[in-house]
Amino acid sequence: MSATPLLELRGIDKSFGPVQVLRDVAFSAHPGEVTALVGDNGAGKSTLVKCISGIHPTDAGEFRFDGRPVTINSPRDAAALGIEIVYQDLALCDNLDIVQNMFLGREKRSGLVLDEPTMEQMAADTLAGLSVRTVKSLRQHVSSLSGGQRQTVAIAKAVLWNSRLVILDEPTAALGVAQTAQVLELVRRLADNGLAVVLISHNMNDVFAVSDRIAALYLGQMVAQVKTTDITHSQVVELITAGRSGGLGIAAEPANGGNGHGAEPADRNPGGAR
Amino acid sequence: MTTVVHKDGPAAVTPPPTLGSHVRNYVSRVRGGEIGALPAVLGLVVLCTVFSIMRPSFLSAGNFANLFTQGAAVTLIAMGLVFVLLLGEIDLSAGFASGVCAAILANVVTVLGYPWYVAVLAAIVTGVAIGTTLGFLVAKIGIPSFVVTLAGFLAFQGTVLMLMEEGTNISVRDSVLVAIANRNLPPVLGWLLAAVAVAGYAAVQLLRHRKRAARGLTIDPIAVVSARIGGLALVLGAAVFILNLERSRNVVISSLKGVPIVVPIIALLLVLWTFVLQRTTYGRHVYAVGGNKEAARRAGINVDRIRISVFVICSSMAAVGGIVAASRANSVDPNTGGSNVLLYAVGAAVIGGTSLFGGKGRVLDAVLGGAVVAVIDNGMGLMEYSSGVKYVVTGVVLLLAASVDAFSRRRSTATGAR
Repeated sequence: MSATPLLELRGIDKSFGPVQVLRDVAFSAHPGEVTALVGDNGAGKSTLVKCISGIHPTDAGEFRFDGRPVTINSPRDAAALGIEIVYQDLALCDNLDIVQNMFLGREKRSGLVLDEPTMEQMAADTLAGLSVRTVKSLRQHVSSLSGGQRQTVAIAKAVLWNSRLVILDEPTAALGVAQTAQVLELVRRLADNGLAVVLISHNMNDVFAVSDRIAALYLGQMVAQVKTTDITHSQVVELITAGRSGGLGIAAEPANGGNGHGAEPADRNPGGAR
Repeated sequence: MTTVVHKDGPAAVTPPPTLGSHVRNYVSRVRGGEIGALPAVLGLVVLCTVFSIMRPSFLSAGNFANLFTQGAAVTLIAMGLVFVLLLGEIDLSAGFASGVCAAILANVVTVLGYPWYVAVLAAIVTGVAIGTTLGFLVAKIGIPSFVVTLAGFLAFQGTVLMLMEEGTNISVRDSVLVAIANRNLPPVLGWLLAAVAVAGYAAVQLLRHRKRAARGLTIDPIAVVSARIGGLALVLGAAVFILNLERSRNVVISSLKGVPIVVPIIALLLVLWTFVLQRTTYGRHVYAVGGNKEAARRAGINVDRIRISVFVICSSMAAVGGIVAASRANSVDPNTGGSNVLLYAVGAAVIGGTSLFGGKGRVLDAVLGGAVVAVIDNGMGLMEYSSGVKYVVTGVVLLLAASVDAFSRRRSTATGAR
């Protein structure tokens, strides 16, 4: 897979008042790969995503996008770089149809009037590019779609804007078995189309089904970022729950809370002994 | 690495819609809870049938013309209310806001003696100011619209009283203002306007059809498109024909025929606001905010601005309604825009199919619902029921419409994944 990551973060710190949520976090996402971001509740996954998307400013750290250092101060900056986020609670309007939802806030116009044919065609092309064939009509209201179809629309909306990095926050959390498979297929296809995909998930089956790399957060520290093929199911669970597993993860439990350098750089095999 | 990716299957080909599939789609949409204006149209047919059997005079050309002038003010206010209802908000002050604007109109034209256009401008500016204030209080301060506009309801009632110097009334004698609700177009002009409307609609529909066909998008079958155009031509033609009949009881003294001037005014505003809602970015954003405020905010839509703007539109349309009411009564009194006006207007919008829960509705709903309200009011008047009975019946119809709204919402929750 590609050598230079599309997005590379180094030494990210983030505090909310006295609470340090992210500590010296390193993270990278490669084009054409699905990077799974795992971690227990409160590990800092959402905060990390919000830092990437420009909702929260970081306290310290370095952002590199496409090899170049960048600063992301607002969601607009992130969107300009081609970073799109599909939120857990979808953010679709039930009373609008698929095309209207996909272009919401960025409608195409010709003069004063909405350019519906162009929008419909672009939406159709995007869905076709993702090999989505489950929707009957682009003009049906989102309220009439199944959970999997809605997730598909939300993902297609993110892809529409020539995005390069798509972050999916728990895309399968509310879905049934068949629909989960459908969405995971789509996630895989995004990466196969050359996008960098970050998948946040609690479901180990999903993570192992589609991801190329796994990044594990534990109490605000990035304890490991490794190839999916180099790690087992139970090792990931240990990383999530204890922060370490065999030779992976943080060196030891911080005995008196003074351990501020526990994060290991990505893709390096961290030493377990000290 | 194992993935769940399957190889692409054969491309699914969606067949082009035919007349049959179009009808089937419509039926399934109705069964799924998207009933739209169906209850209003059915209600109109039933009411008109009942009244014309009970009182044959209901069907006379004179009464038909009366329906328009009687329902005009309420319909215009309801058109503005649709915007507020689309966001799931309510404007209880719209009735008396129209009263305040009418009082300003009367004061400017009669007391101060300015020409009619200055008075009309003053009334509409008053409406914009009222709407901006209401919208600001709702969107920026965060007071529920129910409370803000209930306060407005009371305050505007008082304002009308103060503008009327405690209970007197001001007559409106300006010939242009009086003409709005009391004069008719020359018959030829009525036909001309109807022809222009049908031709315009046909041009828009056919152009859209051709554009979509050229791009290879799914298109409605040409039979459906022509049926729509033909339907409009039929309705407009019949209406103009009846309105152009002689309505005067004694032709020698005065001839009374033609389309009431207020009808093209309503039609023009209907086209304008429908265009704004259906064809512009602003309209799309109104629906989005009404459907899912959070999604709209994340899509970069300025939600507060949309919320303020709908109150501005509502109060401005209330001003237009107030002008028409003043014209019809030839005067403005402390009760202009009071009593049943607001309830009739909200009723008109809801009966027409606009949802009280937000996100669903069209400006056309206000016109259809306004017609239902006007028919009830007029028909029951002809049957010599007391106004007490009229109020009760209108109240029951409003409740009925609100229940249809609630049921259709439940229905779409059950069938779709809302």
